Amino acid sequence: MSDERPLPTPDPGTETYWEGTRAHQLRLPHCQDCGQVHFYPRTLCPHCGSARLDWMQGCGRGQVYSFTVVHRPPSSAFKDRVPYVVAIVALEEGPHLMTNIGGCPPDAVCIGMPVEVAWEDIGSAATLPCFVPR
Amino acid sequence: MPSACNVGMQDLTPTHAAIVGIGESRLGVVPDRSALQLQSDAANAALHDAGLTLADIDGLITTPVRVASWGMPCGVVASYLGVRPSYLSTLDLAGASGAAMIHHAAMAIAAGQCTTVLCVAGQNLLSNRSRASAVQSMAESGGAHAQFEVPYGPLIPSLYALIAQRHMYEYGTTSEQMAKVAVTMREHASLNPNAHMREPISVETVLASRMITSPLKLLDCALVSDGAAAAIVTGADRARTLRRPPVYLLGQGYGLSHSHVGEYRQLTRSGAVESGRAAFASAGISPADIDVAELYDCFTITVIVELEDLGFCPKGEGGRFVADGHIGLRGSLPTTTHGGLLSAGHPGLGGGFFHVLEAVRQLRGEAGARQVEGAEIALAHGNGGAIAIHCTLILGGPNAREGGRG
Repeated sequence: MSDERPLPTPDPGTETYWEGTRAHQLRLPHCQDCGQVHFYPRTLCPHCGSARLDWMQGCGRGQVYSFTVVHRPPSSAFKDRVPYVVAIVALEEGPHLMTNIGGCPPDAVCIGMPVEVAWEDIGSAATLPCFVPR
Repeated sequence: MPSACNVGMQDLTPTHAAIVGIGESRLGVVPDRSALQLQSDAANAALHDAGLTLADIDGLITTPVRVASWGMPCGVVASYLGVRPSYLSTLDLAGASGAAMIHHAAMAIAAGQCTTVLCVAGQNLLSNRSRASAVQSMAESGGAHAQFEVPYGPLIPSLYALIAQRHMYEYGTTSEQMAKVAVTMREHASLNPNAHMREPISVETVLASRMITSPLKLLDCALVSDGAAAAIVTGADRARTLRRPPVYLLGQGYGLSHSHVGEYRQLTRSGAVESGRAAFASAGISPADIDVAELYDCFTITVIVELEDLGFCPKGEGGRFVADGHIGLRGSLPTTTHGGLLSAGHPGLGGGFFHVLEAVRQLRGEAGARQVEGAEIALAHGNGGAIAIHCTLILGGPNAREGGRG
């Protein structure tokens, strides 16, 4: 098994999202029929089944819905990062997504904390949206 | 005693399925057996228990394993055992696979595709490489989304920690209450000669164990074990001619709430709501009729959520229900009486199958020191992914054939 940090491998359905993160934009799939925004990106709207989707730019704000402080790393790739926060953020547009919370000590994170997107550029390989307190 | 006795179960028809044999390999640290050897050990034990041979087996269901890339696991296992069944299937509902195998066997028999199905699952998850390797493999290709979750570094336990944290926030569930689940499982495992971990622990021991991913500590998490389990399923008519007391499948249900926890907006409410409701409806009974509940216990929080969602206590009361002692052997709902994934052992997808086997032992009255007196109706519940996919079985002991209790 690899000691490298696992990074996202974009596929035809998610390329637009990951292109967005490289440009520091949080792009979210939006349904032209039911109006709902969903995440993670799909080819069909999971709320109504419509294929008439476009991308909107998310405002990047949300609240911590839940979180955990990871003390035991899943692999050696994360061993220098512990303790770190894995969280689920409820975006203002509705969808939830998994992320890391930075910009504060792990024990300062709580459910309901207002956060905003920040960007973790991992060389030229990928840019991950992370969140920091706002 | 007709009033208390008639719990409304439908008459069993010849196509109703029964479990007629069960078997386990050694469970825990078994470095001298490969995945196929462990499955073969379990299958042989189940056949011996049923008084059948491989020549009687015309159906086979298994699950994928993590320790090898078998391509078509049902073919590999059938070929290894030297059987050429008329029905084969590889089932993957993650941790719910064990319970689902029994129902799929029943469906294959009812459809006339076969008469006698071997369900078998398990592997050398611990000894194949190492616990660390298993943990990394599950983190990178387990319940977390490869693109949208894995890069952030969650362990499998982290996915459940997110559920636990939210449950604590919404309902005031405490670490002490979760620890009581682990303590109870260890009490049960101490009475199970095949369990991986049998040394008693206390709430204080659990709370003092090292933090893995808050709020879950080491002893809130399932073991990583070697082992396999097997069961033989056949039709009710044939079951009555065999040597063991039949255990009938009375009802079942499935539920799926999400695939990945990151996108799920109701983390504390699981698909066990739907799987339980469907299982109770198909059996024509209610939670109050259950004598023993073999609940999937990959983490302590899992049991608390399942107790609530299956209707054994009100939503949000699971922690208190556990702390009040209800899930112990002398409690109102003896739960996961073999010690579960937390203490008896967890060899991956086969882990939840041990819960089904324990339900069978309880209904036969063969659970030894951990026997629940007079157990006639059991619930066995499997959960897969990050509390994502659920399968609930209602099983009835030999007297269920007569239409209820007593």
